[in-house]
Amino acid sequence: MGVLLNEVSLSYPGTGLVIDRLSTEIEDGEFIAVLGASGCGKSSLLNMIAGLLAPTSGWLEVPQDGAAFMFQDANLLPWLTASENVDLALKLAGHPVKERAQRVDELLKLVQLGHASDKKPHELSGGMRQRVALARALAQDRQVLLMDEPFAALDAITRDMLHEQLRALWEQTGKTIIFVTHNVREAIRLSGRILVLSSHPGRILETRRITDDLRNNPAQAAALADELTTILRKEQRKHELTDRISN
Amino acid sequence: MSSLTESRTNVRPVRAIKLRPSGRLDAVVAPILTVVVLVSLWQIVSWVSPLREDLFPGPLSVAQKLPQLLADGSLASAVGNSLFRAISGFVIAVVIATPIALLLAHQPLLRKGVGPLVSAMQVLPSIAWVPAAIILFGLSDATIYTVLLLGAIPSIINGLLSGIDMIPSQYKSLSKVLGASKWEHVLHIELPAAMPGYVAGLRQGWAFAWRSLMAAELIAVGGSLALGVGSLLQRGRDLADLSLVMLVILTILLVGVLIELAVFAPIERKLLRDRGMSRTGENNG
Repeated sequence: MGVLLNEVSLSYPGTGLVIDRLSTEIEDGEFIAVLGASGCGKSSLLNMIAGLLAPTSGWLEVPQDGAAFMFQDANLLPWLTASENVDLALKLAGHPVKERAQRVDELLKLVQLGHASDKKPHELSGGMRQRVALARALAQDRQVLLMDEPFAALDAITRDMLHEQLRALWEQTGKTIIFVTHNVREAIRLSGRILVLSSHPGRILETRRITDDLRNNPAQAAALADELTTILRKEQRKHELTDRISN
Repeated sequence: MSSLTESRTNVRPVRAIKLRPSGRLDAVVAPILTVVVLVSLWQIVSWVSPLREDLFPGPLSVAQKLPQLLADGSLASAVGNSLFRAISGFVIAVVIATPIALLLAHQPLLRKGVGPLVSAMQVLPSIAWVPAAIILFGLSDATIYTVLLLGAIPSIINGLLSGIDMIPSQYKSLSKVLGASKWEHVLHIELPAAMPGYVAGLRQGWAFAWRSLMAAELIAVGGSLALGVGSLLQRGRDLADLSLVMLVILTILLVGVLIELAVFAPIERKLLRDRGMSRTGENNG
């Protein structure tokens, strides 16, 4: 089962409408990217799907067991080691102690961190921390995985490597991934479909399917990236303009 | 622009920065040095001072008092009695304060009502409670413990509360996403996350406990009460023995500081090091 959003709106007291009657259907096993300028409400959208925020109006359907969530900054607990951080997710999901150690091992190996299991978060690099966070998200073993700009703070080389690993993981596990980003190339590289959100309030501006052919064709991918960047720039400028007028 | 060879002539050799061996050594040496200087000054002033030796004793004559107090065992037993009271009282304070702080942290309305009172209690010098406690409990250990608890509990409550307040809101999202129940959240996320603030509160709570105890022992003397360090201070006053008074003051200071350095400082350091944080002003190594 995927995720269904029907006329979902969200407004905060003070800031007003953040998301405006957004509807879409995300299929089971789909890798979808939500693309938008900073502050367009894409994180809020993710938080609603995760159940951290309730929509002001409209409704959404998510699988009964909820969704796993990967935060922008790894959000690891600094007093726990890498393996303990992953283990906590298993513990809170009610897995018995006996199974956990082995599962933690498997998950850390899956994100290629088998060697760093006893390290504390502050002893790991940014990329390694995000991989631990990914392992923890996978430990939740939910069909839907929500990712909130998880690679935004990483250097290009690390990000590249993680993109590859994430694609491979998605192919292996068949999870439904909703990936929020403001990085156009990242969206093209990873997802099968891109939703472009407008700013203030967030509405769906464009929907693009990304086929493997397009992804693997540098010229086509670059052309699409340019096109989407232009759309985003226009949005941002419009937003800046309204800001200036309202000031 | 200048060519490479030209700029070479302008090269200034930059020597490697010599790293100082260890800031921790400084942290020990500097205060000791300060004490040595102060004590020397004290001695010099007492030599120069026109006052009689018994009215203004220098560190040497205070030190001469020590063998006598050690020989008759009065100092050791007073320190023993006071330490027992302080430690047992502190443990009771922790047991009482911790659940209260957790309750206040989770009941916003209660906190709005009670929180200011707790802070006000922290401002009130605990010596103010002594007369009331004596009227209620007479010259008994109950009086001493009452004063000590009223001194220590508020600062422990406030320490844990501020520790919980400083927890990043992201941790709350995390425990929700991971499906933690309220108790699981408190146990696995909230308490460990609040630990640095909690330990800081405990440290302050200890200081308040020790202080309040001295105030109580100083005033509440006699009855069924065993002699504590504070009472020894009162004895010095009764005998107009300034050397004894100074010696006791130094003992009070020393015991309080030793417990802080031996118990709380290492816990705090380990806690922060484990999380990749270090206190400002302390060495990172």
